[in-house]
Amino acid sequence: MAVEEVSGRGTLYSYLINHTGHPGIASPYSIAVVQLDEGVRMMSNIVNCDQTPEALVIDMSVEVVFEVFSDEITLPFFQPVSDGTAS
Amino acid sequence: MSGPTLAVVGAAETTQMGVITDTSELQLHADAAFNALADAGLTIKDIDGFATAGERPTDVAHYLGLEPRWVDGTSVGGCSFMIHVRHAAAAIAAGLCTTVLITHAESGKSRVGKARQAFTSALSGQFERPFGVTGPPTMFGLPVLRHMHDTGLTHEQMANVAVVQREWAGMNPRATFRDPITVEDVLGSRMIAYPFHLLECCLVTDGGGALIVTSADRTMDFPTAPVYVLGHGEGVETPMVSQMENFSSSKAFRIAGGDAFASAEITTADVDHLMVYDAFAHLPLYGLEDLGFCGRGEAGDFVWERNTAPGGSLPMNTNGGGLSYMHSGMYGMYAMQESIRQMRGTAPAQIEGAEVSVSLGVGGMFGAAGCVVFSNVAP
Repeated sequence: MAVEEVSGRGTLYSYLINHTGHPGIASPYSIAVVQLDEGVRMMSNIVNCDQTPEALVIDMSVEVVFEVFSDEITLPFFQPVSDGTAS
Repeated sequence: MSGPTLAVVGAAETTQMGVITDTSELQLHADAAFNALADAGLTIKDIDGFATAGERPTDVAHYLGLEPRWVDGTSVGGCSFMIHVRHAAAAIAAGLCTTVLITHAESGKSRVGKARQAFTSALSGQFERPFGVTGPPTMFGLPVLRHMHDTGLTHEQMANVAVVQREWAGMNPRATFRDPITVEDVLGSRMIAYPFHLLECCLVTDGGGALIVTSADRTMDFPTAPVYVLGHGEGVETPMVSQMENFSSSKAFRIAGGDAFASAEITTADVDHLMVYDAFAHLPLYGLEDLGFCGRGEAGDFVWERNTAPGGSLPMNTNGGGLSYMHSGMYGMYAMQESIRQMRGTAPAQIEGAEVSVSLGVGGMFGAAGCVVFSNVAP
């Protein structure tokens, strides 16, 4: 096993939009699976995007955006690729 | 199948089901256990093997006054009880014990004396929980939009699963919800986690059930018509729904179902009655496809064409299912109870002439599966 660096680009593989609320997260919010260009999939949230089925399009290109919560915790979220180029 | 064939000689649910505010989880285990013992004409002293999930077997065995010489605490979610049946078959065949009690009970709604469950795995805790998952409603449905995209399954077809099961529930006096509903009612109900509406999510209730199994060559010693266990299977895939290999198919379903059908030496054409654990409305669709009753992406049409409805060729979830009958948290026990009622000829919505019933259970969020093939005809 080894750690490998990845591009941070991928596509929206599947998701839910939670309407039941969660402390500290604005509702509704997406819980997504992103397929990275390197092939692996990971759970994340899609941010900087309307949290609607119309805006969250399966297979759309996304890119990582890191959000720092504390000195110890940084989470990898994803946002739609702004320039529209396919990943 | 090697060794003596297994038979169910006692089966019962708790006396009450639904909202039970005056009974603890352990007391529900005891109620289900004593109802099953009465059904089999046995006492606690006749039981020498014990299995349960959710609660530790130590706790329940002590409370019941059992002295088991074989214990199974396999706890991989709501399908654990199917797996207990399979493990009991192996234990009895190996001579480790003769008469196994399997109990489930959960104060899922009222939470009276509820056992603490390690619900989130370390892996899911690290790689899923930071992204706002709060439990099954925000996890279990995660593969569905991909499945819809790839196979053409529609929102109306998924909603229709709940509609058809409500038809069955309408025939069951013990069902929690019995009034007919339409696809429009389902799609108009409150959104829980898109694409799942309230009526596409299971109930949360209190209750339990228990089974007593023994070697099939002892069935003449018991008052009820025997129900034979023809085959069984179990499987696990992942504690993280996001890491399912195929978002249109459960590997655990395929392994457990494939082994159950193979060990029973049956094909889908032999199955008269089917139970598929329906924590959410997509699960019966995955089950129908993964067991081979339908091709990939065809289950939505199969249910829409009323094959699983009253009068259809493959009656499914005939108690109303977790969506309408009851769901205390680990529903697998109730699926098997309905299979056994159907094989005994005592179900509220009895399928005339049914001889083979299959119960497929899921554990976690597509994390595990157990499958049991029952029959009222001696193998």
